[in-house]
Amino acid sequence: MSESFRLSAEQFAQLFEQLSTAYLLAGPKRIAGAGRFSGTDLVRYAFLKSADELELHEKSWFSPKELVFPPDETLFYFNGQQFTEATLPDDHEIIVFLRPCDINGIDRLDRMFIENAGVVDPYYKRRRERLHYFMIECRESFENCFCVSMQANSTSDYEVALRFEENSVLVEVCGQKFVDLFARAGEKSEFKPEFVSENPIRVELPTEETMPPEIYNDKFWDEYDSRCIACGRCNTSCVTCSCFTTTDLFYGDSRQCGERRRVWDGCHLDGFCDMAGGHTFRKNKGERMRFKTFHKIYDFRKRFGVDMCVGCGRCDDVCPEYISFSNCINKLSAKLKGGL
Amino acid sequence: MSDRNPYLPSPVKIIGLRQETDCEFTLTVAAERAITPGQFFQVSLPRIGEAPISVSNCGPDWIQFTIRAVGRLTNAVQGLRPGDNLFIRGPYGTGFPVDRFRQQRLVIVAGGSGVAPVRPLIDRVVRGELPVKSLDLIVGFKNRSSILFSDDLAAWKEKSRLVLTIDKPEEGWNGATGLVTEHIKKMQFDSFDDLQVVVVGPPVMMKFATAEFRLLKVPSERIWVSFERLMSCGLGKCGHCKIDYTYVCVDGPVLNYSHAAGLID
Repeated sequence: MSESFRLSAEQFAQLFEQLSTAYLLAGPKRIAGAGRFSGTDLVRYAFLKSADELELHEKSWFSPKELVFPPDETLFYFNGQQFTEATLPDDHEIIVFLRPCDINGIDRLDRMFIENAGVVDPYYKRRRERLHYFMIECRESFENCFCVSMQANSTSDYEVALRFEENSVLVEVCGQKFVDLFARAGEKSEFKPEFVSENPIRVELPTEETMPPEIYNDKFWDEYDSRCIACGRCNTSCVTCSCFTTTDLFYGDSRQCGERRRVWDGCHLDGFCDMAGGHTFRKNKGERMRFKTFHKIYDFRKRFGVDMCVGCGRCDDVCPEYISFSNCINKLSAKLKGGL
Repeated sequence: MSDRNPYLPSPVKIIGLRQETDCEFTLTVAAERAITPGQFFQVSLPRIGEAPISVSNCGPDWIQFTIRAVGRLTNAVQGLRPGDNLFIRGPYGTGFPVDRFRQQRLVIVAGGSGVAPVRPLIDRVVRGELPVKSLDLIVGFKNRSSILFSDDLAAWKEKSRLVLTIDKPEEGWNGATGLVTEHIKKMQFDSFDDLQVVVVGPPVMMKFATAEFRLLKVPSERIWVSFERLMSCGLGKCGHCKIDYTYVCVDGPVLNYSHAAGLID
């Protein structure tokens, strides 16, 4: 059961303020001058002070995954040989404004951190449980999006869905938690969110249940040997990339005190497969591209029944070498269809 | 959270230290854990770091780790002495399918530090806890000075057909020489019905050793391997050990060759 409402822009701004007293509100925010080139802005997820900080016209550079899986996170503190688990600085619940692809992306993270191997990652879970999804309706593609091909363009996993119009906001509220607030703030409506049904970019996914062994060493991947520079931007911007490494550090003033942290790692980065003693796997960037591609659109599905990639296209947005992941998928499928 | 926090290691006291070679040593720690041969622990020292280390033997209240000092953690662990604490969490992963090896003709081929994870398995056979029809051991080391577990080898020899080989002839060495593959070639199998083969060692050695057994027509289903990969969690979370849809830390490290043969890193 859900109820729908229409709020004027002012009513929504007031409601936002009201929500701020009980929740942290996070969403895509424009950070002036912080872009990749001089004079450009950066859009990324951040905590918002007011409704007008919400950036709705541009895709965020980073995904909202930082809210559940921060770039670095302390697991324990050490005091000599005593371990103290790191606690969260606060226990505020978080309302996050995000699009359907990102909701599906966090679903893929859930599968890794909560489902995989029957082990629940407690650091992820405690952050995940704080989130309330306020879904930003997405009826049109941004550049590089291919969510429709990845079947990640729609979702029913939200508490509130919002359509932002010129001077008003239409909302569908599911579940009881937020109904009264919205009912008091606006008037009833018939609003149901729509989902983008076509992207200019389409990908054809390979249908192979088992990849032929020849494709692993196919020359097709060699292009990426020289083009990829192993910067890992595709990994860090991806909402579904969940790899991390742990690292210990000690404090300058007392070498007895320190902490164990986990930090983002990525399969495109040097050192991802290095073992003590010098042995490594996937030295070539092409092999790393193959590994990532198969994970995103082939082997994750074998394990979890759904593709990992949600088609947000951020990897294409951020790649400094203009590598297109959607092109790679299409080239791979064509290659497999055409016979090796 | 701490009751269930799977990342939290426990301190265990080191009660024994044996130098195996110039750079390899075996630590015995006091700890009670139910362990299947082939499993591993995440071993750590606070402020240094954590790494996956195979169990190289265990008893009701002790565990051994045989460690080569080649990295940040292992170099630091090398400085520890009995009485010091080591930090562990585990055991992790699937071990050898010990019950399937019961009353079988067991062939174990291990190379270098790959002897460590099969040592608890061999020990169970040698002590009579795991009855087998026969035990063939082919154990290979680079040279004489890199031989591990020299004390055990004598006991193993009594209960098995043991080939202890070093890669190249050396002065004063009267034993077998050559890579393990050369000794696999000499094996003959009339049937495969009750045969089980275990191959553990460096990646290149495992690749060629398993290929030799396949040339001898040993079915893939009767060959078991153990993989070594970088790991940060041991819990199927960090992603480092993933190959295709397989996570070596939870689906392995011991894998049937019919599965492992199709895994491309």
